[in-house]
Amino acid sequence: MRNSKPVLLVEDDSVDAMTVRRAFKDLKVLNPLVHSINGEEALAYLRDWSNEKPCVILLDLNMPKMNGTEFLKVVKADTDLRKIPVVVLTTSREEYDIVQSFELSVAGYIVKPVNYKNFVEAIRTIDLYWTLSELPEQKWGDKDAKFKASVAD
Amino acid sequence: MQSSKPVLLIEDDDVDAMTIRRAVEDLKVAGPLTHVTNGEEALEYLRRQGSEKPCIILLDLNMPRMNGTEFLKVVKSDEALKKIPIIVLTNSSEQCDIVSSFDLCVAGYIVKPVDYERLVQALRTIDLYWTLSELPNGGKGPRFAGTR
Repeated sequence: MRNSKPVLLVEDDSVDAMTVRRAFKDLKVLNPLVHSINGEEALAYLRDWSNEKPCVILLDLNMPKMNGTEFLKVVKADTDLRKIPVVVLTTSREEYDIVQSFELSVAGYIVKPVNYKNFVEAIRTIDLYWTLSELPEQKWGDKDAKFKASVAD
Repeated sequence: MQSSKPVLLIEDDDVDAMTIRRAVEDLKVAGPLTHVTNGEEALEYLRRQGSEKPCIILLDLNMPRMNGTEFLKVVKSDEALKKIPIIVLTNSSEQCDIVSSFDLCVAGYIVKPVDYERLVQALRTIDLYWTLSELPNGGKGPRFAGTR
Protein backbone atom coordinates (compact mmCIF):
# COMPACT_ATOMS: atom_id res chain seq x y z
CA MET A 1 0.00 0.00 0.00
CA ARG A 2 1.03 3.61 -0.31
CA ASN A 3 1.98 4.03 3.31
CA SER A 4 3.13 1.70 6.05
CA LYS A 5 -0.03 1.83 8.16
CA PRO A 6 -1.72 -1.44 9.04
CA VAL A 7 -4.34 -3.11 6.88
CA LEU A 8 -7.35 -4.17 8.94
CA LEU A 9 -8.79 -7.53 7.92
CA VAL A 10 -12.29 -8.22 9.24
CA GLU A 11 -12.84 -11.94 8.67
CA ASP A 12 -14.41 -14.67 10.79
CA ASP A 13 -13.01 -17.62 8.86
CA SER A 14 -9.59 -18.47 10.26
CA VAL A 15 -8.48 -20.35 7.13
CA ASP A 16 -9.36 -17.38 4.90
CA ALA A 17 -7.56 -15.04 7.29
CA MET A 18 -4.50 -17.25 7.16
CA THR A 19 -4.63 -17.24 3.36
CA VAL A 20 -4.67 -13.42 3.28
CA ARG A 21 -1.74 -13.35 5.69
CA ARG A 22 0.18 -15.84 3.56
CA ALA A 23 -0.52 -13.84 0.38
CA PHE A 24 0.75 -10.66 2.07
CA LYS A 25 3.92 -12.49 3.01
CA ASP A 26 4.40 -14.01 -0.45
CA LEU A 27 3.90 -10.60 -2.07
CA LYS A 28 6.16 -8.94 0.49
CA VAL A 29 3.47 -6.44 1.41
CA LEU A 30 5.09 -4.58 4.26
CA ASN A 31 1.95 -3.28 5.95
CA PRO A 32 1.17 -5.09 9.17
CA LEU A 33 -2.05 -7.09 8.92
CA VAL A 34 -4.39 -6.59 11.87
CA HIS A 35 -7.09 -9.22 12.08
CA SER A 36 -10.54 -8.87 13.70
CA ILE A 37 -13.06 -11.69 13.53
CA ASN A 38 -16.25 -9.60 13.25
CA GLY A 39 -17.53 -6.07 12.87
CA GLU A 40 -17.89 -5.52 16.59
CA GLU A 41 -14.28 -6.40 17.28
CA ALA A 42 -13.16 -4.27 14.33
CA LEU A 43 -15.06 -1.24 15.66
CA ALA A 44 -13.52 -1.71 19.08
CA TYR A 45 -10.08 -1.72 17.42
CA LEU A 46 -10.85 1.37 15.32
CA ARG A 47 -12.19 3.31 18.30
CA ASP A 48 -9.30 2.53 20.59
CA TRP A 49 -7.19 5.69 20.37
CA SER A 50 -4.00 3.84 21.12
CA ASN A 51 -4.31 1.80 17.89
CA GLU A 52 -2.96 3.17 14.64
CA LYS A 53 -5.78 3.67 12.14
CA PRO A 54 -5.53 1.35 9.12
CA CYS A 55 -4.89 2.67 5.61
CA VAL A 56 -7.39 0.20 4.12
CA ILE A 57 -10.00 -2.18 5.55
CA LEU A 58 -10.58 -5.59 3.94
CA LEU A 59 -14.09 -6.67 4.93
CA ASP A 60 -15.84 -10.01 4.81
CA LEU A 61 -19.64 -9.85 4.68
CA ASN A 62 -20.96 -12.99 6.34
CA MET A 63 -19.84 -12.90 9.95
CA PRO A 64 -21.49 -13.57 13.30
CA LYS A 65 -22.34 -10.82 15.83
CA MET A 66 -21.88 -7.81 13.53
CA ASN A 67 -21.75 -8.63 9.84
CA GLY A 68 -20.05 -6.65 7.08
CA THR A 69 -23.08 -4.61 6.07
CA GLU A 70 -23.87 -3.63 9.64
CA PHE A 71 -20.22 -2.69 10.14
CA LEU A 72 -20.26 -0.55 6.96
CA LYS A 73 -23.36 1.31 8.12
CA VAL A 74 -21.69 2.25 11.41
CA VAL A 75 -18.32 3.17 9.84
CA LYS A 76 -19.79 5.29 7.05
CA ALA A 77 -21.91 7.23 9.57
CA ASP A 78 -18.86 7.94 11.75
CA THR A 79 -17.12 11.17 10.73
CA ASP A 80 -13.81 9.91 12.09
CA LEU A 81 -13.86 6.57 10.32
CA ARG A 82 -15.76 7.13 7.09
CA LYS A 83 -12.74 8.26 5.13
CA ILE A 84 -10.93 4.93 5.45
CA PRO A 85 -11.41 3.01 2.17
CA VAL A 86 -13.25 -0.27 2.75
CA VAL A 87 -12.78 -3.09 0.23
CA VAL A 88 -15.20 -6.01 0.48
CA LEU A 89 -13.50 -9.42 0.22
CA THR A 90 -16.14 -12.12 0.35
CA THR A 91 -17.34 -15.41 -1.09
CA SER A 92 -20.74 -13.92 -1.93
CA ARG A 93 -21.39 -12.86 -5.51
CA GLU A 94 -25.05 -12.11 -4.82
CA GLU A 95 -26.21 -9.02 -6.70
CA TYR A 96 -28.00 -7.91 -3.54
CA ASP A 97 -24.77 -7.90 -1.51
CA ILE A 98 -22.88 -6.10 -4.29
CA VAL A 99 -25.47 -3.33 -4.68
CA GLN A 100 -25.89 -2.85 -0.95
CA SER A 101 -22.13 -2.61 -0.44
CA PHE A 102 -21.71 0.03 -3.17
CA GLU A 103 -24.67 1.95 -1.78
CA LEU A 104 -22.63 2.08 1.41
CA SER A 105 -19.72 3.48 -0.64
CA VAL A 106 -17.25 0.62 -0.59
CA ALA A 107 -14.08 1.20 -2.60
CA GLY A 108 -14.15 -2.20 -4.28
CA TYR A 109 -15.93 -5.56 -4.02
CA ILE A 110 -13.81 -8.60 -4.65
CA VAL A 111 -15.03 -12.17 -4.67
CA LYS A 112 -12.40 -14.36 -3.00
CA PRO A 113 -10.79 -16.58 -5.60
CA VAL A 114 -10.84 -20.22 -4.47
CA ASN A 115 -7.50 -21.00 -6.09
CA TYR A 116 -4.49 -19.72 -4.08
CA LYS A 117 -2.60 -18.45 -7.13
CA ASN A 118 -5.59 -16.35 -8.19
CA PHE A 119 -6.02 -15.23 -4.61
CA VAL A 120 -2.45 -13.91 -4.57
CA GLU A 121 -3.12 -12.14 -7.90
CA ALA A 122 -6.18 -10.45 -6.39
CA ILE A 123 -4.21 -9.25 -3.36
CA ARG A 124 -1.45 -8.06 -5.73
CA THR A 125 -3.98 -5.97 -7.67
CA ILE A 126 -5.44 -4.54 -4.46
CA ASP A 127 -1.94 -3.64 -3.27
CA LEU A 128 -1.02 -2.11 -6.66
CA TYR A 129 -4.16 0.03 -6.75
CA TRP A 130 -3.86 1.30 -3.17
CA THR A 131 -0.20 2.08 -3.79
CA LEU A 132 -1.15 4.17 -6.83
CA SER A 133 -3.98 5.89 -4.98
CA GLU A 134 -3.33 8.61 -2.44
CA LEU A 135 -4.65 7.94 1.04
CA PRO A 136 -5.97 10.45 3.56
CA GLU A 137 -3.47 11.35 6.25
CA GLN A 138 -5.64 10.71 9.23
CA LYS A 139 -6.05 13.60 11.55
CA TRP A 140 -8.01 12.29 14.45
CA GLY A 141 -8.98 15.67 15.80
CA ASP A 142 -9.47 16.19 19.47
CA LYS A 143 -9.48 12.55 20.40
CA ASP A 144 -5.94 12.03 19.19
CA ALA A 145 -4.73 15.22 20.78
CA LYS A 146 -6.37 14.19 24.05
CA PHE A 147 -4.81 10.76 23.81
CA LYS A 148 -1.38 12.19 23.13
CA ALA A 149 -1.84 14.61 26.01
CA SER A 150 -2.83 11.77 28.33
CA VAL A 151 0.20 9.77 27.23
CA ALA A 152 2.45 12.77 27.73
CA ASP A 153 1.12 13.13 31.26
CA MET B 1 -14.93 -7.43 -21.88
CA GLN B 2 -17.88 -8.53 -19.76
CA SER B 3 -19.22 -5.02 -19.43
CA SER B 4 -19.23 -2.48 -22.23
CA LYS B 5 -20.73 0.23 -20.09
CA PRO B 6 -19.16 3.64 -20.54
CA VAL B 7 -16.54 5.17 -18.30
CA LEU B 8 -17.58 8.75 -17.52
CA LEU B 9 -14.70 11.22 -17.54
CA ILE B 10 -15.37 14.60 -15.92
CA GLU B 11 -12.52 16.88 -16.93
CA ASP B 12 -12.46 20.53 -17.97
CA ASP B 13 -8.96 20.54 -19.44
CA ASP B 14 -9.11 19.59 -23.13
CA VAL B 15 -5.50 18.47 -23.31
CA ASP B 16 -5.86 16.26 -20.22
CA ALA B 17 -9.08 14.76 -21.60
CA MET B 18 -7.41 14.05 -24.93
CA THR B 19 -4.41 12.48 -23.24
CA ILE B 20 -6.63 10.24 -21.11
CA ARG B 21 -8.65 9.26 -24.19
CA ARG B 22 -5.44 8.39 -26.02
CA ALA B 23 -4.18 6.32 -23.08
CA VAL B 24 -7.48 4.49 -22.83
CA GLU B 25 -7.32 3.76 -26.57
CA ASP B 26 -3.75 2.53 -26.24
CA LEU B 27 -5.03 0.14 -23.59
CA LYS B 28 -7.69 -1.00 -26.08
CA VAL B 29 -10.67 -0.22 -23.92
CA ALA B 30 -13.76 -1.85 -25.30
CA GLY B 31 -16.30 0.35 -23.51
CA PRO B 32 -16.81 3.92 -24.66
CA LEU B 33 -15.29 6.87 -22.80
CA THR B 34 -17.93 9.54 -22.28
CA HIS B 35 -16.46 12.97 -21.63
CA VAL B 36 -18.11 15.94 -19.95
CA THR B 37 -16.36 19.14 -18.90
CA ASN B 38 -17.78 19.87 -15.44
CA GLY B 39 -19.94 18.51 -12.62
CA GLU B 40 -23.10 20.20 -13.81
CA GLU B 41 -22.81 18.66 -17.25
CA ALA B 42 -22.05 15.30 -15.65
CA LEU B 43 -25.20 15.44 -13.51
CA GLU B 44 -27.23 16.34 -16.57
CA TYR B 45 -25.81 13.31 -18.36
CA LEU B 46 -26.35 10.97 -15.40
CA ARG B 47 -29.95 12.11 -14.90
CA ARG B 48 -30.93 12.10 -18.56
CA GLN B 49 -33.52 9.45 -19.36
CA GLY B 50 -32.03 6.74 -21.51
CA SER B 51 -28.38 7.65 -21.00
CA GLU B 52 -26.44 4.54 -20.06
CA LYS B 53 -25.11 4.72 -16.52
CA PRO B 54 -21.32 4.47 -16.38
CA CYS B 55 -19.57 1.59 -14.63
CA ILE B 56 -17.15 4.04 -13.01
CA ILE B 57 -16.58 7.80 -12.97
CA LEU B 58 -13.15 9.45 -13.33
CA LEU B 59 -13.43 12.85 -11.70
CA ASP B 60 -11.22 15.93 -11.91
CA LEU B 61 -11.47 18.31 -8.93
CA ASN B 62 -10.67 21.80 -10.18
CA MET B 63 -13.35 22.69 -12.69
CA PRO B 64 -15.50 25.74 -13.36
CA ARG B 65 -19.24 25.88 -12.61
CA MET B 66 -19.50 22.74 -10.49
CA ASN B 67 -16.20 21.40 -9.20
CA GLY B 68 -15.39 17.83 -8.21
CA THR B 69 -16.15 18.18 -4.51
CA GLU B 70 -19.52 19.83 -5.17
CA PHE B 71 -20.31 17.07 -7.67
CA LEU B 72 -19.37 14.39 -5.12
CA LYS B 73 -21.68 15.92 -2.51
CA VAL B 74 -24.64 15.83 -4.89
CA VAL B 75 -23.99 12.33 -6.22
CA LYS B 76 -23.39 10.76 -2.81
CA SER B 77 -26.74 12.05 -1.55
CA ASP B 78 -28.62 10.85 -4.64
CA GLU B 79 -30.13 7.38 -4.10
CA ALA B 80 -30.00 6.53 -7.80
CA LEU B 81 -26.36 7.57 -8.32
CA LYS B 82 -24.56 7.02 -5.02
CA LYS B 83 -23.54 3.46 -5.79
CA ILE B 84 -21.40 4.32 -8.84
CA PRO B 85 -17.71 4.15 -7.81
CA ILE B 86 -15.95 7.49 -8.29
CA ILE B 87 -12.20 7.74 -8.71
CA VAL B 88 -10.61 11.16 -8.43
CA LEU B 89 -8.03 11.86 -11.18
CA THR B 90 -6.51 15.27 -10.57
CA ASN B 91 -3.38 17.40 -10.53
CA SER B 92 -3.88 18.28 -6.89
CA SER B 93 -1.87 16.39 -4.30
CA GLU B 94 -3.09 18.72 -1.54
CA GLN B 95 -3.88 16.81 1.63
CA CYS B 96 -7.08 18.83 2.14
CA ASP B 97 -8.36 17.70 -1.28
CA ILE B 98 -7.45 14.09 -0.51
CA VAL B 99 -9.16 14.13 2.89
CA SER B 100 -12.32 15.88 1.67
CA SER B 101 -12.58 13.41 -1.22
CA PHE B 102 -12.26 10.35 1.03
CA ASP B 103 -14.70 11.98 3.45
CA LEU B 104 -17.11 11.86 0.51
CA CYS B 105 -16.22 8.19 0.07
CA VAL B 106 -14.36 8.17 -3.23
CA ALA B 107 -13.08 4.77 -4.37
CA GLY B 108 -9.56 6.01 -5.13
CA TYR B 109 -7.62 9.25 -5.54
CA ILE B 110 -4.99 9.33 -8.24
CA VAL B 111 -2.69 12.24 -9.02
CA LYS B 112 -2.32 12.50 -12.81
CA PRO B 113 1.19 11.54 -13.76
CA VAL B 114 2.77 14.19 -16.00
CA ASP B 115 4.67 11.60 -18.02
CA TYR B 116 2.50 9.86 -20.65
CA GLU B 117 3.87 6.35 -20.09
CA ARG B 118 3.15 6.64 -16.40
CA LEU B 119 -0.36 7.87 -17.12
CA VAL B 120 -0.97 4.76 -19.24
CA GLN B 121 0.42 2.68 -16.38
CA ALA B 122 -1.93 4.39 -13.89
CA LEU B 123 -4.95 3.78 -16.12
CA ARG B 124 -3.86 0.17 -16.56
CA THR B 125 -3.86 -0.26 -12.77
CA ILE B 126 -7.27 1.40 -12.47
CA ASP B 127 -8.55 -0.95 -15.16
CA LEU B 128 -7.01 -4.02 -13.53
CA TYR B 129 -8.55 -3.20 -10.14
CA TRP B 130 -12.01 -2.39 -11.48
CA THR B 131 -11.91 -5.50 -13.64
CA LEU B 132 -11.20 -7.58 -10.55
CA SER B 133 -13.93 -5.81 -8.58
CA GLU B 134 -17.60 -6.55 -9.01
CA LEU B 135 -19.76 -3.56 -9.89
CA PRO B 136 -23.27 -2.71 -8.72
CA ASN B 137 -24.84 -2.31 -12.13
CA GLY B 138 -24.39 -5.88 -13.21
CA GLY B 139 -21.23 -7.55 -14.34
CA LYS B 140 -17.76 -6.24 -13.92
CA GLY B 141 -16.04 -3.47 -15.72
CA PRO B 142 -14.60 -1.36 -17.18
CA ARG B 143 -12.86 -4.34 -18.72
CA PHE B 144 -10.37 -2.46 -20.82
CA ALA B 145 -9.53 -5.18 -23.32
CA GLY B 146 -5.96 -6.33 -23.30
CA THR B 147 -5.45 -6.25 -19.58
CA ARG B 148 -7.02 -9.61 -18.96
